[in-house]
Amino acid sequence: MTSKEYKTITDIKGPLVFLEKTEPVAYGEIVTIRLSDGSTKNGQVLDTSDDMVVVQVFEGTEGIDRRAGVKFLGDVFKLPVSKGLVGRILDGAGRPRDGGPDIVADEKADIIGAAINPYSRQSPHDFIQTGVSAIDCCTTLVRGQKLPIFSASGLPHNDIALQIARQAKLKDSDEEFIVVFCAMGITAEEYNFFRADLERTGALENAALFVNLADDPAVERLITPRLALTAAEYLAFEHDYHVLVIYTDMTNYCDSLRQIGAAREEVPGRRGYPGYMYTDLAMLYERAGIVKGKKGSITQFPILTMPGDDITHPIPDLSGYITEGQIVISRELHQAGIYPPINVLPSLSRLMGGCIGEETTRDDHKKISDQMYAAYAQGRELRGLVAIVGEDALNERDLQYLKFSDIFEDKFVRQGRDEDRTIDGTLNLCWELLANIDTKYLERLDDELISKYHPTEKKE
Amino acid sequence: MSNNEGVIYRISGPVVTATGIDARMYEVVRVGHEKLMGEVIEIHGEQSVIQVYEDTSGIRPGEPVFSTGQTLSVQLGPGLLTQIYDGIQRPLQTLEEVMGVFITRGVDADGLDLEKKWTFESTASVGDEVSGGQVIGTVQETDTITHKIMVPPKASGKIKSIESGEFNVTETVCTLDDGTEIQMMQEWPVRHPRPFNQKYAPDTPLVTGMRILDFLFPLAKGGAAGIPGPFGSGKTVTQQSLAKYSDAQIVVYIGCGERGNEMTEVLDEFPHLIDPNTGKPLMNRTVMIANTSNMPVAAREASVYTGITIAEYFRDQGYDVALMADSTSRWAEAMREISSRLEEMPGEEGYPAYLSSRLAEFYERAGRVETLNGDDGSVTVIGAVSPPGGDISEPVSQGTLRIVKVFWGLDAGLARQRHFPAINWLNSYSLYPQSLNQWFRDNIASDFPEVRTEISALLKVEAELQEIVQLVGSDALPMDQQLTLEVARMIRVYFLQQNGFDPVDAYSGVEQQYAMARAILTFQEEAKKAMAAGAVLEDVVNVPARIELMRARFAEGYLEKIEGLVEEMVSQIGNSVEAQ
Repeated sequence: MTSKEYKTITDIKGPLVFLEKTEPVAYGEIVTIRLSDGSTKNGQVLDTSDDMVVVQVFEGTEGIDRRAGVKFLGDVFKLPVSKGLVGRILDGAGRPRDGGPDIVADEKADIIGAAINPYSRQSPHDFIQTGVSAIDCCTTLVRGQKLPIFSASGLPHNDIALQIARQAKLKDSDEEFIVVFCAMGITAEEYNFFRADLERTGALENAALFVNLADDPAVERLITPRLALTAAEYLAFEHDYHVLVIYTDMTNYCDSLRQIGAAREEVPGRRGYPGYMYTDLAMLYERAGIVKGKKGSITQFPILTMPGDDITHPIPDLSGYITEGQIVISRELHQAGIYPPINVLPSLSRLMGGCIGEETTRDDHKKISDQMYAAYAQGRELRGLVAIVGEDALNERDLQYLKFSDIFEDKFVRQGRDEDRTIDGTLNLCWELLANIDTKYLERLDDELISKYHPTEKKE
Repeated sequence: MSNNEGVIYRISGPVVTATGIDARMYEVVRVGHEKLMGEVIEIHGEQSVIQVYEDTSGIRPGEPVFSTGQTLSVQLGPGLLTQIYDGIQRPLQTLEEVMGVFITRGVDADGLDLEKKWTFESTASVGDEVSGGQVIGTVQETDTITHKIMVPPKASGKIKSIESGEFNVTETVCTLDDGTEIQMMQEWPVRHPRPFNQKYAPDTPLVTGMRILDFLFPLAKGGAAGIPGPFGSGKTVTQQSLAKYSDAQIVVYIGCGERGNEMTEVLDEFPHLIDPNTGKPLMNRTVMIANTSNMPVAAREASVYTGITIAEYFRDQGYDVALMADSTSRWAEAMREISSRLEEMPGEEGYPAYLSSRLAEFYERAGRVETLNGDDGSVTVIGAVSPPGGDISEPVSQGTLRIVKVFWGLDAGLARQRHFPAINWLNSYSLYPQSLNQWFRDNIASDFPEVRTEISALLKVEAELQEIVQLVGSDALPMDQQLTLEVARMIRVYFLQQNGFDPVDAYSGVEQQYAMARAILTFQEEAKKAMAAGAVLEDVVNVPARIELMRARFAEGYLEKIEGLVEEMVSQIGNSVEAQ
C-alpha cells in the first residue's frame, strides 16, 4: 500500500496539496511528492478522509503540478537519533548541512513528542549560575526550566543568549550543558554569528544545530523545533545529558503557523494567528523539564522578538502564559548604552522561589532580591515625576530611591560581555548598592539580615 | 435497528467523523483499532462527529468506531481523595505504571481503585425507608475526611439488607426491597449537575487567610469568583494559596491547560503542608485534576466537568467544597479549537457563540444547597482567567464577570513592584459583604464592616491624592493629606501585601486581619492628634514601635503581640509631641 504512487492531485494552494481517490491514509502520515523534473519534496497529512487528503508540503509547493506523484510512507515523521547528533549541523528538516555523513540512527523517534505525565515529572530545583547579575539575582534560572527571552528587533538578545550558554553552570560545579541550537527563519548573518561564537569557545563540539534560515521554506520551520526537541529529549533522557535548548526566533515560527492556518482557511484568532496557537506552542515549551528516574534534563531558552516592542502581542503573550517566566530586554536600557539591557521589572522566573535560599544560594537571596526590585521599581516611577516637578519636590526617601535606580542600572545590570559573576559576588553587590538607601527605608529586609550583611550596619 | 459499530470517514486533528454508527449526542465512543476514547459532539445525518481525547496521529479512514451507550461519566466513591487525574479521570499514577513517563494512548484506567478494600460502617438499618442522597454508611477515607456512602440519586425504597465490613467499591453493601443493589461506587455523567433540594443564599465567608480577600473582597461559601490577570501577575500562586489555606473541607484543584511543572510542584508540596484548620496534611482533603497544556485538547475541555462533578459529589455528603479552576481561559480555548475544527460559525474572537452560556452553566453549578438528604453543603468555584495581554474586555473575562459575584483583579503593575498578592484594590469587587456582614459582626467584631469601609475609603482617597502628587510632588500637599498618604502606604505595605511563601505571613486569621486593620486606624488617629499638638509628620511616622509593629508580622504568635505593640506606638507618638 505504501509503495503506491498517486497522481490524483486536484488543488494546490499555498503550502497545501489536495488529492483524492487514495486508499486510507493515516492522519499525520509522511508523504513524498515527486515532481515532473524528478526532484522530491516532503510533506505531512493534515486532514484525511475517504474522499480527500490534505498534505502540507514542508519545502513549499513551488514547481508542483497536478501530474506530480504522491507517495504515502505509512509512518509519522521520525528523526533518526543517536549520540552522533552531538557536534553536527543539520538543516531544518534534519538532513546534514555540514557536509558530513547521514546520522546513523540508534533509533527513530517520533518528532511530535508525547506529553510528560505531570505525575512523573520532578520539580526543577537546581540553581543555574549564569554569571549575569540581573538574571541570577532577580530572575534565577533553574535546571529544567523554560525561560524565554522577550526581545525586539535591533536588541542584543543573541549576545545575551550566547553569554548564558557560555557561562551557565551549576554552582560549585563544572558540569557543562550540551547545547541544542534551533534556528527558525533567522538570517544567514545571525546564524554565522552564533556559529562563530560556538566555534570560538569550543562549544560547537558539544552542540547539535538545527538550522532553518530565512530563505529556507517557511513551512519547514514548523518541524525544525520539533526535531531539535526530539534530539534534546533523546540526549537528556537516554544519555543523561543536561541539555540547553536555544531556539530563535519563535516569532518566525508563529508566522509560519499563521501561514498554514490561512492556507487552510481556518477561522483566525487574534491578529490572524490560529486559535490553537497556545496548544501548539505548549507542545514545544512543555518539552522542557526533568523526569523522575532519569539523570538528564532539558532547559529551554527560546528567543522571540516582540513585534513593535509590544508584550501584549499574541506571540509573547501566549508564550508568557506557558513558559516559567521571561527575561525582558529593554530598548530604553540598550539606548542608554547598558549591556545586558535586561529590564528586571517585567522579567520573572516562576521557579526561582524553590531554588534559592540558604541551602542553594544564600539565606538573604529572596529578601535582597525583593528589596532590589521594590527599590528599583519605586525609583523608576519617581523618574516620571521628577521630569515634571523636578528633584526639589521630592522628600528624602524618594530622593534616595531615585538615585538608587540609576546606580542599579549602572552598577548592577551593566556588566561585561565576558564578565562571569558568582552568585556570592552578585548578592554582595546588592548589599553594597542598597547601602545607598537609609536602612529605615529598606522595608523588605529584616534586622537579622541587615546585621549580617549590610556593609555599614554589619555586626561581626 | 441500532448499530454499535461504524467506520471512520475523516480525521482532522482531534476531530474524527464516523459513518454507520447510531450514537446519541455526548455518547462515549471508541475510535480506531486502538480504541481511543472519544465523545460524539455533532450528528449530521449518517455522520457522527467525535472529539477524541487522545492523539489521533496514525489513525486511518476505514478503521472501526464502537459505541458504548454511555455518556462521559466519572466514578464516585472512596479513593477519590489524594488522587491526581487527567481530564477524563484516569489516575496519572496508573498511567505512569502502564505507559512510563510519557503519556501515550489507548489505555483505559478506572478512576477508583476497584480492588482496594474499605471499611464500610453502616449507619442505616434493615427496614429503613431510604431515598436518593440518603447516607447509609461511612468510610474513613483519610485521617480527616469521612466519606459518606449515599443512595444513588435516582434510587429509593426500603432496605432489605445492609452490612458493615470490608468491601471494595464494586461490592454490594446494601440492597433495597425492589432489588436495587447499592455499591460504594456511583457513576455520574459529568455534563449533568447532580441534583439537590434547593439553593440557599450564602451567608458564611470562605476564609482564605489572605487579608486582601477576606477583609476587603470576601467570597461566600457557595459563591463564585473570577481571578483574571495577565501572565506573571500571580494567578497560579493565588489559586494555590487558596487551595492550601481556605477553610473548605474538600478542595478540588483543576490544572486545565497549564504548566506541567506547576502540577508537579503541588504534588510535591501538598503532602507536606499542614492544613491550618485541621492540623493534618493538605493532601488528605484534596483531589487534583491535571490536564496540562500539551495534553489532548478535548480532555482539557472535559476536565472542568470532571472536576465539578467530583466537587458536587462531596457537597452532597454535606461538605463545603472549594473548586479552583486554573485556567478557565484554556478551557474556553479548547472549546474554540474544537469549534473551529467543526467549522462552526464563530462568535467573538473566534470563540464559539455558546461560550458565554457554557461559562454560565459551569459557574451555576456552584452554590450552597440543601442536599437531597436535607444536609447543608456547598461548592465554591474560583476560576482563574488568562486574558490575552491582560485586557479583560475579551470574551472569556466578560462572560465570567457577568456571572460571578466576586472579582479579584490581578494587576501586572503591582506584580512588577513585587506587591503580592497583586490584586488591585481599586477595581476588584465583591457583592457578598452585605450578606456576610452579620457573620463578621457575630464572629469577629461588631464594627467589622465599618472598619472595612474606612480602610477602603482611605485607599480610594490615596488614589486621588496620588494624581495630584504626580503633578506637584508630595511635599506640596498639606500635612493632613501627607499623613493620609502615609496611612495608605501602611495599608498597602503592612496589610495588603502578604508573602505567600513566608510560613507565618502566608496565612492570617480573620481576627488578626481585624486587629491589623484596627492598628492602622489607631495610628491614623494618634498621628492626627499628635500633629495637631505640634508633632512633625516625619517623627510620627518613624516611631520605632510602628516599624516594629509592621515587621513583627513575620514572627509566630503575632496576633497576641499586636495589642502591646500598638500601645507602645501610641505612647511613642505621644512622646514625639513632647520632643518638640
